[in-house]
Amino acid sequence: MALDDAATREFKVVGTRPVRPDGVDKVTGRARFGADAYAPGMLHGAILRSPHAHARILRLDTAAAKAAPGVKAVVTRKDFAEGQTGENWNVLENIMADGKVLYDGHAVAAVAATSVFAARDALKRIVVDYEILPHVTDVDEAMTAGAPVIRGGTADNSVPDSMHPNVVRFHENGHGDVAAGFAEADLVLEESFRTEATHQGYIEPHACLAQLGPDGKGELWCCTQGHFVAAKTCASLLGIDASQLRVTASEIGGGFGGKTTVFIEPVALALSRKANRPVKIVMDRTEVFRATGPTSSASMDVKIGMTRDGRITAGEGSFRLQGGAFPGAPMEFTAMCAFAPYNLDNIRASAWDVMCNRPKQAAYRAPGSPMAAFAVESVIDELCNRLGLDPIEVRLKNASREGTRAAFGPRFQRIGLVETLEAAQAHPHYTAPLGPNQGRGVSCGFWFNHAGETAVSLALAEDGTVSLSVGTPDIGGSRASMCQMAAEALGISYDKVRTTVADTATLGYNDVSHGSRVTYASGLATIRAAEDTIEKLCARAAAQWGIDREAVVWEDGCARPSGPNAGDFEPLSLAKIASRMGRTGGPIVGHYEATPEGAGVSFATHLVDAAVDPETGATKVIRYTVVQDAGKAIHPSYVEGQYQGGAAQGIGWALNEEYVYGEDGRLQNPGFLDYRIPVASDLPMIDTVIVEVPNPGHPYGVRGVGETSICPPLAAIANAVSNAAGVRLRELPMSPPRILAALDAAQTDSG
Amino acid sequence: MEYFAPATVGEAVARAETEPGLVRFLAGGTDVLVQLRSGFVEPDLVVDIKRIPGMRAITAENGGWRIGAAVSGAELCRHSGVCADWPGVVEALELIGSTQIQGRATLVGNLCNASPAADSVPAMIAAQAMVAVAGPEGTRDVPVAGIPTGPGQTSLGSGEFITSVFLPARGDGGGDAYLRFIPRTEMDIAVVGCAVSLRVDGETVVDARICLGAVAPTALVVDDAARAIVGTRLDEAALSDLGAACSAACRPIDDKRGTVAFRTRVAGVLGRRAAAIAHDRARARTSE
Repeated sequence: MALDDAATREFKVVGTRPVRPDGVDKVTGRARFGADAYAPGMLHGAILRSPHAHARILRLDTAAAKAAPGVKAVVTRKDFAEGQTGENWNVLENIMADGKVLYDGHAVAAVAATSVFAARDALKRIVVDYEILPHVTDVDEAMTAGAPVIRGGTADNSVPDSMHPNVVRFHENGHGDVAAGFAEADLVLEESFRTEATHQGYIEPHACLAQLGPDGKGELWCCTQGHFVAAKTCASLLGIDASQLRVTASEIGGGFGGKTTVFIEPVALALSRKANRPVKIVMDRTEVFRATGPTSSASMDVKIGMTRDGRITAGEGSFRLQGGAFPGAPMEFTAMCAFAPYNLDNIRASAWDVMCNRPKQAAYRAPGSPMAAFAVESVIDELCNRLGLDPIEVRLKNASREGTRAAFGPRFQRIGLVETLEAAQAHPHYTAPLGPNQGRGVSCGFWFNHAGETAVSLALAEDGTVSLSVGTPDIGGSRASMCQMAAEALGISYDKVRTTVADTATLGYNDVSHGSRVTYASGLATIRAAEDTIEKLCARAAAQWGIDREAVVWEDGCARPSGPNAGDFEPLSLAKIASRMGRTGGPIVGHYEATPEGAGVSFATHLVDAAVDPETGATKVIRYTVVQDAGKAIHPSYVEGQYQGGAAQGIGWALNEEYVYGEDGRLQNPGFLDYRIPVASDLPMIDTVIVEVPNPGHPYGVRGVGETSICPPLAAIANAVSNAAGVRLRELPMSPPRILAALDAAQTDSG
Repeated sequence: MEYFAPATVGEAVARAETEPGLVRFLAGGTDVLVQLRSGFVEPDLVVDIKRIPGMRAITAENGGWRIGAAVSGAELCRHSGVCADWPGVVEALELIGSTQIQGRATLVGNLCNASPAADSVPAMIAAQAMVAVAGPEGTRDVPVAGIPTGPGQTSLGSGEFITSVFLPARGDGGGDAYLRFIPRTEMDIAVVGCAVSLRVDGETVVDARICLGAVAPTALVVDDAARAIVGTRLDEAALSDLGAACSAACRPIDDKRGTVAFRTRVAGVLGRRAAAIAHDRARARTSE
């Protein structure tokens, strides 16, 4: 899959900023989100959740609920298929407890009734007797001898026998000799860091409408980042054939990774099957916080050695992540991303996946990477401060380039880290004067990017317009960029293409919209499907002209004779060929199915200025600049939006967002009042610089951009705040009480 | 649940008094409706007072202002008379919620919700505001400080509700201010709040009243803090004493919104800052 000619190609549509195709629907309320689906005879589902962090279910009596007015079905764990293995077993265990509840909010039963109120009232009639067990919600405590065992025997064979049963996976990577590297350094720093779990915070709660008959045929409408995966998982959990469950993805009000799995969908299907009626379930915000995936919390130790002139001689990190009461914390990504921006001879990164009595973590935008950058980039900043070195110069000196061998194995192809650092250095932000109690922070960040199984279909209409079907829900403006890439490849205008997210019965299997893969993979597939279409269009023209296919070329949206020898024919436009296709061989449809390889990795450099009020510990981000390599920005406004969105979520994570647990193991802040995502007035206008170093693995040079933008912010903000406060902040969120306490501690030390 | 929208105060009192179940009075509904929808309260009777004449009125009275119980934040904050006399009360009310919430939220609702962190309550207490309480025994006037008795608890009896707030005549040399600490810039609940109302003669503070929010079960009037600045020109030493007195008076709790140490410390900071603003406003009023 070679880069076609992205570096030199003159684009006509790609790189422009057309009006988004979903915009009018969204601003007029016409767009149909998860909760906007209705069916005749529809019931409403509600889920009973555990109030305890860890407890054995001694008795679960649903008889009174079944007899309650309006109730048509009650389901518990026994209404799901047995024999699940691997991640399907974990998902089933998460969406409906069996014998033991593992976290505050864990589902134990569900009801379907004729109204939402009837369903909620019926939940109160379900009797559950719990034997409360000791719980643990802190990652370090969960690894300590004597910590309550959440589920013995879960660990895989990567974990040394001596470790606590809550430690379920171990990963390490690296190369060189770190001890020798540290010996070469003029200054070695080792520091410990902690980050708290944060929720993706999408505005739309999970919602679905399910219909499943006793014959095993069903339909599901749901708000998801991946309806094909939802179909596969739900079919397994319900014990039905995957192809008998047609899943349609609704318009989506944010996902950020959190909607890559299922929560309420299998429950709604089970209720529907039992009641033989359609069942709708809509989570409320409290349920979203308590029972869907936040990201992992982390505890980390990082040691870095540097010479007096800023060369990093060695890096070593230990990363402990908890991912709730299930295996799956993305600790291997933390270990792999930690030192990825730097070309180091000596690296060692170790990581542990630890279970706690918290909800099952779900992917959140570059899972595992932001916390790695927080730890590593904070130590680098501190080394720069102590050695009196410029933070961008030091990063440039050590930056990964084409050919650098990453700690996790492969050598990087063409990458744009150096270009982002140079652009940041040249940006007026970097040299702007700072006021009193203000500080500046710099950080780099890395994300792998993903490709995944992809199938698209591109059909022509007789009027020369194009219907493009993709299987990747549009979570970041991908319908616009798909229309642009199709229009570019076909040589027609943007408004002649409509992109639809097709249901699971319409296309081949598509991986979830995650891993920043959609513009890369569905984009690549769209271009190849357009090329497949062009092949067929040229064949029709050749047949009409009575010449060989090889004598026809496609230029500017028309079939043309390849040269004077091919004959003298008027060019045939796409519209002209399409208008006759019924008589010239039938419908023209291009398609492409593959698992592409070549989702180029992506780097970013962020600059942040923060002000700290030394009397209250209040922090304000006063200036923010994102510099990131997009490979090629198909729709620059959307790329800028992704950059700004990642920075905004990073600001929340760094300053105020956190899961707060009480002594009883219950989540204290399951709502947007006390789970503080930034409001508009908390943010400065986030400036963006798009660097374009084309990805050799995409025809137009695209690299995914959605996730890398959240990798540097935690560190960049921590560096800015630490430099403003004059004291290093090593724990997130950097809430005002924490900053004030750090200032006090520093004063005590120096006094 | 029954919804009742009476046309007179008498009707409201009569219906509420005879209700055996749980009664909630509804003005803007920015607390009641949220609590109802979240299942936090399940009232048997909701009495909507908005249709009672006078509930939406702001009227001049004895040099001060009488504010109906259903006057919204948006209405009050655009009233030039109240804004000129009691900018601290107005800014406290204005901090509550969003623009949309301001279209509904009321001073009386904020008071009757009885949250220790209510923004407008310390400001009203510092202003020595009174409320008119209607009930089966007729109408009585009560100082604002006499209404909340604990988190979510008020001194209002069965069938009683507040019909208006009275902000007294401001007079020459008076100024007030309210500051709160929140980790964000808006859409949040006070971790600490502080209202200062004072009067100056020239630059010298001759009278002061300082009230803290969110550092005790109810808003806290700190007489020691007032004493620290009365008779001074609000110099650094006076401000420092005021801050220390505010911190000393705090009886906060540790919770998800803040720690005891943080609240105690920041109460002093806000006290100093709010006093400085009130002092500037008072002096500006003198020179007019």
